[in-house]
Amino acid sequence: MRYLPLSDNDRAGMLATIGAGSIDDLFADVSEAARLPGPIPGLPDHAGEMAVERHMSRLAAESVPAGSVPFFLGAGAYRHHVPASVDHLIQRGEFLTAYTPYQPEIAQGTLQVLFEFQTQVARLLGTEVANASLYDGSTACWEAIAMAGRITRRSRAVISGGLHPHYVETARTMAKFTGDVLDTRLPELSAATDDDAVIAAIDGATSCVVVQYPDVLGRVPDLKRIAAAAQANGALLVAVVTEPVALGLLESPGALGADIVVGEGQAIGVGLQFGGPYLGLFGCREKFVRQMPGRLCGETVDADGKRGFVLTLSTREQHIRREKATSNICTNSGLCALAFSIHLTLLGGTGLDRMARASHAQAVKTARALAQVPGVSVVNGAYFNEFAVVLPRDARAVVRELADRQVLGGVSLGRLYPGVDGLANGLLVTATECTSDEDIAALVSALKEVLA
Amino acid sequence: MNELNPSGWRPSTGEIGTVDVPPTFTGNRALQLEEPLIFEIGSVDQCGVDLPDADDEVLPGLPLRAAPVDLPGLSEPEAVRHYTRLSRQNYAIDLGLFPLGSCTMKHNPRLNEKVARLPGFADVHPLQPQQTVQGALKAMNELAHWLITLTGMHGVAMTPKAGAHGELCGLLCIRAALEARGDLREVILVPESAHGTNPATAAFAGFRVENIPATAEGRVDLAALTARLGPDVAGVMITNPNTCGLFECDMKAISDAVHVAGGYVYCDGANFNAIVGRVRPGDLGVDAMHINLHKTFSTPHGGGGPGSGPVVLSEALAPFGPLPFSARQADGSVRLVEEENAAEEGHSQAFGRMCAFHGQMGMYTRALAYILSHGADGLRQVSGDAVLNANYVLRSLDDVLDAPFGAAGPCMHEALFSDDGFAEGFSTLDLAKGLIDEGFHPMTVYFPLVVHGAMLVEPTETESKAALDQFIGAMRSLAQRAKAGDPALKSAPHMAPRRRLDETLAARKPKLVWREA
Amino acid sequence: MPRYFTQDHEWIDVDGTAATVGITDYAQGQLGDITFVELPAAGADLGKGDSVCVVDSVKAASDVYSPVSGAVTDLNEALAEQPELVNSAAESDGWLWKMTLADAGELDALMDEAAYQTYVAGL
Repeated sequence: MRYLPLSDNDRAGMLATIGAGSIDDLFADVSEAARLPGPIPGLPDHAGEMAVERHMSRLAAESVPAGSVPFFLGAGAYRHHVPASVDHLIQRGEFLTAYTPYQPEIAQGTLQVLFEFQTQVARLLGTEVANASLYDGSTACWEAIAMAGRITRRSRAVISGGLHPHYVETARTMAKFTGDVLDTRLPELSAATDDDAVIAAIDGATSCVVVQYPDVLGRVPDLKRIAAAAQANGALLVAVVTEPVALGLLESPGALGADIVVGEGQAIGVGLQFGGPYLGLFGCREKFVRQMPGRLCGETVDADGKRGFVLTLSTREQHIRREKATSNICTNSGLCALAFSIHLTLLGGTGLDRMARASHAQAVKTARALAQVPGVSVVNGAYFNEFAVVLPRDARAVVRELADRQVLGGVSLGRLYPGVDGLANGLLVTATECTSDEDIAALVSALKEVLA
Repeated sequence: MNELNPSGWRPSTGEIGTVDVPPTFTGNRALQLEEPLIFEIGSVDQCGVDLPDADDEVLPGLPLRAAPVDLPGLSEPEAVRHYTRLSRQNYAIDLGLFPLGSCTMKHNPRLNEKVARLPGFADVHPLQPQQTVQGALKAMNELAHWLITLTGMHGVAMTPKAGAHGELCGLLCIRAALEARGDLREVILVPESAHGTNPATAAFAGFRVENIPATAEGRVDLAALTARLGPDVAGVMITNPNTCGLFECDMKAISDAVHVAGGYVYCDGANFNAIVGRVRPGDLGVDAMHINLHKTFSTPHGGGGPGSGPVVLSEALAPFGPLPFSARQADGSVRLVEEENAAEEGHSQAFGRMCAFHGQMGMYTRALAYILSHGADGLRQVSGDAVLNANYVLRSLDDVLDAPFGAAGPCMHEALFSDDGFAEGFSTLDLAKGLIDEGFHPMTVYFPLVVHGAMLVEPTETESKAALDQFIGAMRSLAQRAKAGDPALKSAPHMAPRRRLDETLAARKPKLVWREA
Repeated sequence: MPRYFTQDHEWIDVDGTAATVGITDYAQGQLGDITFVELPAAGADLGKGDSVCVVDSVKAASDVYSPVSGAVTDLNEALAEQPELVNSAAESDGWLWKMTLADAGELDALMDEAAYQTYVAGL
């Protein structure tokens, strides 16, 4: 077995040192009945690299990669171009095979990256501080709701219909067990966001208002107005960003008054990966820092007075606070945070601005082209790189028929909101800088065929 | 020096610190390179990616920012150098033995990295129509099948994103099962040796946590546990093998007692790597167990995630597992069970969703490649060699270091020591920091809490005998220095990129982001 | 002004119906460098034994319990900037909160200085 260095000779010598007759003897504490007498039934024996690679390659070939066809999906996961150096650098063994930096003297590499990452995230989200990442956007969103509850000592969260339905479902699952009340609503296929409804729902028991920016249909809510309404009632505004590239072009939620900003960082550096691992972004006001979930990296000095970094404020965390921890989360999404940080460093502010504008420009072209298809109408007024269209029939079937024509045309609202009649004909379409003019032409022509 | 280094592995012959080395102009020390922050070297208009110039029209009605985000950019060569230099300030498994107990720092096979990057897994969107993601779904389902096979359980919830998320998933299944039978029990029993995540998770899931004492041999006190069982106890959370590195030999009896009392058994599978291929938790009466794919199945730790924590479930709990999950159909295709088809797939009791999308696909493919590479015979050898290596370390050191449960018989995959017998003023921390100068990552320190000054050493199965002998030599040397009260040990490390860092300063005046001075 | 002690290592100075509460010098020594003190809300009503605030060190977070019942009247605001006062002057400038004394009878269950020293010596 290529991964196991011990030879039979080594094993014999080591057993002699231990004073045991066999490896099986070392499992004496396991009752005879619980011990399997031989290799586990059903699983084949070991296989060489070539055989495993062949098997995995054959499986992979049964999927249609996004990069192989015209591709217009978004809805919380975005395909942007990731420079080759990002994947090269994250595979350096010193990053890839390091542990959580609990021994800071020999983990300054990871720690400095986390400090840089926290600063980048804070600047992008427009918050004073940010943490070292959480699992993904959906879990970060729940953590923000829970944190708002701790800060305001209230338990009713008002949730905009523009929040990604998976995020709502994730929060609903958790809220069932914590007693938080979630005041939710569905989106409507109209150009306007539900700012008025959300503001009207705020009362003296509201812990926070949760608003996605841009929202799940690609529309852009008026965060400033919602923040003012929330704060006037002692509630916090939690802004959720699922497409962080949008913040290259749009004003940051923090600058617009959000108290906590969470996001999905996948679009920058991480890749689609069929849903995970992704990267939860979490930023907030500095005064809330001791209520934050997740790991934090902080600057300090070493015994010689040199600048260095450590994980800090760990008394918030589960391994110390046990049942009184701010959250049960142990891990961050370190390697994804590294990829995000490297990609953002390669872009810089100007590069991010260009990438955002290129994505926006391709989306505008796509929307204008789709508006010319008979029976199709664009819902949004303004949008960044994602918008909704209404089709003349069930969008789920249309998406499948487009896929038969080798076009991945978007995400049907029926997939996201099963059983909601008013949304069944809705289709979410996304473009990025990866979208070519040929892709747009292919989508339009395939859609014409399918709808004909 | 040779005397302390019985393996004869590159014994040090020189005296350290006999020559005064002046500081260098750069602060660098040859291959040890200092590196500034990107905020000190980059600029907002520098860019390492070629993109079209930004003169495109922008739709009206958007809240545009006035200027680009204040993020420093670097050209590609500068960026590559920045991150390469930083990487070299990290210790890693690729550099040497990484004996962190309970964390399982084993070799990360590079084949797994290669297959995880196949476009059919890495470049597919989670919401693509199912007909276009069959390969990804099949890989996920295949892993699910092997996890069920290896644990002898009934089903598996794949979506939890890390071990703690998996714990939460398991406890939410228990909550849902209790609610379904109208039996609102509120107490979860947790052994006092448990990792802090267990009580944190139980509290988060709305349970009240009560501790169960351990016996003098470091195992759960079966009598005390049985005595506490009753109609208010929802279940137990037990780590097996436990955090003292011992197998809970009464596990089946514990499970039976808990089941008779109407509760459920959650097993923290953090240490499943010690028994994989030899023991199926399902045979021990476990109802739910998370598997840290990064521990048992060697997905990279990545400097702190991402993890992945699928939860295997018994027949009693499987119906309550979260959405989405994949299910093989009669025709061999694999279908994703989501909110829209949960009822028709017979899964209408699911407690909900734990995250957006389907979990950690990038970790599934790596774990699957690991399982297929090792196979049934290889996995049995994995646990065997892991336990052999730990016992070899235990018996090679128990004459110079206190081993609190050393007399209890063999350990499992990790050996537990304490600082009992060190000179006045010397503790576990000093020995751990001394290991850094010897070129090793320290072991887990001060955990489990039930042992004062605990040192938990987990060598894993991917260490050669030569590597173990070198480590044992270093440990023997350090134990002797700690017992003798060597003052140089008290201020170790001396040769790492940084000396001991001021954690008090960091916590009193938190500086979490860079700001221009 | 009589001073009383609890088994959880709080001290309480009593002056008529007013009292000042902190943690003992022994407790701060056990905790190590204090990095943060989370104070109670001004005006909060406390029951005897309630968890009132949290004292953080680098590696531990410890709850501080109210030795008696009463209402919070004042907080040691200086600790926000100088949590280290709890280390350097646990039983004077490092006090945590002042409160009213609802039931002087509750003091009878507490230890005096000599009894506390004996108690600590036995730990």
